[in-house]
Amino acid sequence: MNRQTSKPSPVFAAVSRRTVLQHGLLGAMSWLLAGRPKAGVANEPTPRPPRANAVIQVWLWGGASHLDTFDPKPQAGEAFTGPLNRPIATTDRSVFIGELLPQLAGQFDKYSIIRSMTHGNNSHETASYLVQTGRNPSERVVYPTAGAVVSLFRSRGASHLGLLPPYIVLTQPQGRFDEAGFLGNRYRPFATGGDPNAPRFVVEGLVGQRTEGQLRQRRELLRQLGTLTQAAPGDATLQALARSEEEAYELLLGDASRLFDLDREPRELRDRYGRNTFGQSCLMARRLVQRGVPYVTINFGGWDTHRDHFPAMRTKLPQLDRGLATLFADLADKGLLATTIVWCCGEFGRTPRVATEPPWNGGRHHHGQVFSAIVGGGGFRGGCVVGASDARGETVRDRPVYPHDLIGSMYELLGIDPNGRLPHPQGLHVRVIPDADEEAASGGRLREIM
Amino acid sequence: MRTCRDHERHGMPATATDALLEWSSKTNGRRRAPSPVGQPYGPPLLVLHQGRRRYRSLPAWVALLLAGTGLAATVVGVVVALNAPGRVPVPSEGFSEDNQREQSAAADRGAGAAGHRGPAKSGKGGKPVHNVPPDLTYVRHLPAGNSANASTKSPVEQAREVFEAPAADSQDPPANAIDAFVRARLQAEGIEPAPLCSDAVFLRRAYLDVIGTLPTAEEARDFLKDRHPQKRRLLIERLLQRPEFADFWAMRWSDVLRVKSEFPINLWPNAVRAYHHWIRTAIREELPYDRFAWTLLTSSGSNFRTPPVNFYRAVQRKDPGTVAQAVALTFLGVRPQAWPAERWADMEVFFSRIGYKATGEWKEEIVFFDPRKPLTKTAATFPDGTPVTLAPDDDPRRVFADWLVAKQNPWFARAVANRMWAWVLGRGIVHEPDDFRPDNPPSHPELLDYLARELAAADYNLKHLLRLILNSRTYQQSSVAATQHPKAAALFASYPIRRLEAEVLIDAICQITGTAEHYSSPIPEPFTYLPHGHRAIALADASITSPFLEMFGRPSRDTGLASERDNKLTANQRLHLLNSAHIQTKIEKGPGLAGLLASSRPHGELMTQLYLTILSRYPTPAEVDAALGSPPVDIAWALINSAEFLCRH
Repeated sequence: MNRQTSKPSPVFAAVSRRTVLQHGLLGAMSWLLAGRPKAGVANEPTPRPPRANAVIQVWLWGGASHLDTFDPKPQAGEAFTGPLNRPIATTDRSVFIGELLPQLAGQFDKYSIIRSMTHGNNSHETASYLVQTGRNPSERVVYPTAGAVVSLFRSRGASHLGLLPPYIVLTQPQGRFDEAGFLGNRYRPFATGGDPNAPRFVVEGLVGQRTEGQLRQRRELLRQLGTLTQAAPGDATLQALARSEEEAYELLLGDASRLFDLDREPRELRDRYGRNTFGQSCLMARRLVQRGVPYVTINFGGWDTHRDHFPAMRTKLPQLDRGLATLFADLADKGLLATTIVWCCGEFGRTPRVATEPPWNGGRHHHGQVFSAIVGGGGFRGGCVVGASDARGETVRDRPVYPHDLIGSMYELLGIDPNGRLPHPQGLHVRVIPDADEEAASGGRLREIM
Repeated sequence: MRTCRDHERHGMPATATDALLEWSSKTNGRRRAPSPVGQPYGPPLLVLHQGRRRYRSLPAWVALLLAGTGLAATVVGVVVALNAPGRVPVPSEGFSEDNQREQSAAADRGAGAAGHRGPAKSGKGGKPVHNVPPDLTYVRHLPAGNSANASTKSPVEQAREVFEAPAADSQDPPANAIDAFVRARLQAEGIEPAPLCSDAVFLRRAYLDVIGTLPTAEEARDFLKDRHPQKRRLLIERLLQRPEFADFWAMRWSDVLRVKSEFPINLWPNAVRAYHHWIRTAIREELPYDRFAWTLLTSSGSNFRTPPVNFYRAVQRKDPGTVAQAVALTFLGVRPQAWPAERWADMEVFFSRIGYKATGEWKEEIVFFDPRKPLTKTAATFPDGTPVTLAPDDDPRRVFADWLVAKQNPWFARAVANRMWAWVLGRGIVHEPDDFRPDNPPSHPELLDYLARELAAADYNLKHLLRLILNSRTYQQSSVAATQHPKAAALFASYPIRRLEAEVLIDAICQITGTAEHYSSPIPEPFTYLPHGHRAIALADASITSPFLEMFGRPSRDTGLASERDNKLTANQRLHLLNSAHIQTKIEKGPGLAGLLASSRPHGELMTQLYLTILSRYPTPAEVDAALGSPPVDIAWALINSAEFLCRH
């Protein structure tokens, strides 16, 4: 069944067919109700019913050049374009993107390009924080990233998840700041480790080398040697520990190993995604979303190209192109694109003018003044361009989009009220998205593509 | 009204370096040389003092052993008749020959019982009894008692005896004033305190609480053998002198002082190194806490060369309001919500003339008293309401610091005494430990005052305070609560069971398995790579990348709040410990256990060594029996995954 074409009502679209089948209609309804966030401030417009129920974030860690990807400036001349000066047309003949992204050009109908992302910060950590939390780092509170917020709201009462972590990172954690912020451990991303492109995708903790029989034997031994637990059965810490163990085994002995087994996918499809870690991570992300995981980040590093930028682009961009384009196509084929938001960007862009002098030898530095992002699926329209940079891609020319404009738009489509509150351990009043009181500059939500 | 020149009266050193230098030169002469680690007190033992008292009767012995293996007295006849193939080797150390013979027979019967119970376990036991090396003493730690009640003990009671000292020892009177305060409260509420913990539990607890480090098998063995009546007190003294003490307590203070390179604190790697080194040195040299605080608050200079100035950089914003809040949280345990706005406004004045300027060196910054900044008010007020007049050329930071550390300011000593108490006993007398406010009163106000007075009287020597706490009966209670009374935990009726901190846990796993973690940080300018084998408790920087430490709730050191450290065990953490390649590889391939796991030692000896290494105690016969037939690597895995290993208890 292709849910994209059959178009059920938007509310219903948020519940996967699997959920309904597994838990019956009542179960699905309660899941839906539990998943709906509480209403926000009374006088704000009520959020629309959720269109999307999952997010895949492709994170170009290090900051990818906007000029070489989604905002080419062939007119700016060689000093800016470097050798990549022949952009290619997308499905919309008037929109051009970087020449190393031919497959993404062919999928342009499924996503839109934002060419006016801005926050003005040029340091990795602060910019990563800005883009993923939508918050200004000078404030006293450490905010959670979009991944933590979405997993907070979308995993409430989501019994279909079992113990699958609601926020999964493929494959290495970013490790630059605490992504869960004040939400705490429970919403910290689970990094799989391992390599989905390896013959066996070993997932830290979930998929190991032992058979089910061996796991059960060990568990029994653990129980028998649990002398402290026997001595103090009423202790709250020990009870919590026992519960966590129970949950852990549910997952270990449950369907985790099947979920992460990419050999269950057709060989031809695996080839289309590209036989590299990024490509197979994209495929894995689709499987996770299909299984009901609300937020998956693909942490794709290697974009911090201060020197020898162009040779690096010639290896990295084809991988990005293939993996991401196939992800859009595959999600659409499986009917998942209508309910899955895919967004892709790094913490900033890179300097439009190429640094040709030694030691950079054709490098690009950090550029937070303006950069590009793409977003599609889950209620975002494809085939559009939002905003523009100036003739050289150095500043925003029109329609600035601040990180929280993008994140807030995603929240709306996910049915998370951007004006609602986040639970703060010290009871501080913290809004999901900053408002005018917090002096956050805003270009407004992305109504033009929602 | 007080003047601004109080620091001169206090004789405070002019700079941070002076503070340390001055203090080390004073103390070097009188500080005791550290005791040699692991050296037993008294001659090697032939007869255990406990053995003499507890295991007097041979029939009782036999009954005990049988009870310990989980065998009902009714099947004794059957078991004796069996000639089982699997045998548990027998402990021999420390007993007379007669005793030893009796144990051999009993242990054989125990093993026979195991063989009898299931064919899966038969034939995989140990070697014949005469091959037993002389150090298998687990039987010695059998539950005490007489034959009449031993056979009727429930598994819960048997398990408790691992953690509790023999009943006779539990009758000891209170050790010091702390116990009097705590006991009085418990009595008033009708709550029964937990009994004294066993020696093995005390050993492990003291190591983990004082130096954040697991005792080695040898250290455990030595301590358990030791028959010195003051051996607990002596152990505390040895631990207080260990180099790991400075590492561990520097870690705790670095949490409070927000030592991290990156966002949102942005100290940067060089300054983090300098700052952490200064904190660690201050702890090692026993810099009195009032000087420690005073120096942090009054220093001026480069963040690289005068490390304590980083106190004023380790804030998310450098405006007077944010700095004032950081000072109050750090030294008074007061959170922003606790005080009215006017009091904050008064306090800001003291931090309104801090200047920051860059130098030519990358990321170097000078923190200084900037007299060009206008003094918003000359008539300022300390948080306790005392007014003070600030002169135009005065560094108001000093005025504040003098007020803060003055002996007549009770808040200062109380706040730190409460922190220390909470670090050791898992919960503050004011709880949370950094949430002092009128509507959050201390559970034991007299106790808190007593600790504060003791600290001030001891010239703010924090080790003195630790000594008091660690030697108390309250600290040495068993973690197995005697009651489920809802107020028991808040009134310290037992030692609270808590998951080990992320850093302590990974260090313990590394120590057992003989492995190391790689710690590095991909922060540009300069990248940080720590040498192989660097311990997690000694990490200076909370920005060091480590998936394990992140998963296990290392504090991000963004705010300095004690609640940043998250010691709850989540299912993800459980999965990681149970099944990750990271931990499995350490257990299976690490040189620490590999030799032991691959050897063909008798089962009993293997169990003894594994238990001493991982749980710092001898196994009980029931445990030896339960693990019979399991692959050694599975036993090591199970012990590392046991609650007893994962938690302080």
